[in-house]
Amino acid sequence: MAMAAAEIERLIKASLPDAQVTIEDLKGDGDHYAAYVVSSAFAGKTRVQQHQLVYKALQGRMGGELHALALQTSPPEGKVAASEKGST
Amino acid sequence: MSDKPVFDRIKKEIDDNAVVVFMKGTPMMPQCGFSAAVAQALTMMQVKFKGIDVLADGELRQGIKEFSSWPTIPQLYVKGEFVGGCDIVREMYESGELKKLFDQKGVDYAS
Repeated sequence: MAMAAAEIERLIKASLPDAQVTIEDLKGDGDHYAAYVVSSAFAGKTRVQQHQLVYKALQGRMGGELHALALQTSPPEGKVAASEKGST
Repeated sequence: MSDKPVFDRIKKEIDDNAVVVFMKGTPMMPQCGFSAAVAQALTMMQVKFKGIDVLADGELRQGIKEFSSWPTIPQLYVKGEFVGGCDIVREMYESGELKKLFDQKGVDYAS
């Protein structure tokens, strides 16, 4: 089952209310999306943690009815994300 | 020991091998574009890594997602730590962070 872009955005915003979400339907088939998410909730978090917040917002749909979602996340400009675990 | 035997197997793989990719297919014959992209980045960097085909093992395919709380495959582990999936690995590869991470962790390159 494919998922509508609006539904993805709604779920992300329900969990991250300040999020700016941009969704691109990569193949026009309602099944392969790219999402760019900016939220203050990402400040101070590693990329893995940022993506996990989005996956959590999608409540298990990722990997299920949502087949492919390329994710790019960042905190709002000016707030720097934590570097990856272990790097300087 | 953890409550799931599959977690112990995963733990052993990521402890015994410095760089591990849980992927669909093998590094030589990837069965999914996302897995192929990660394997290709590591190959270009000439890093020694072990690719583990989750398609050959249903228990592992499900178990790895629970192990890392990460819903998708591929998954890259370096020195026992989960680094990320396809998007994160690609971003880190392009920015040079992945190379930095490997150097810092003392990962072996193919001679």
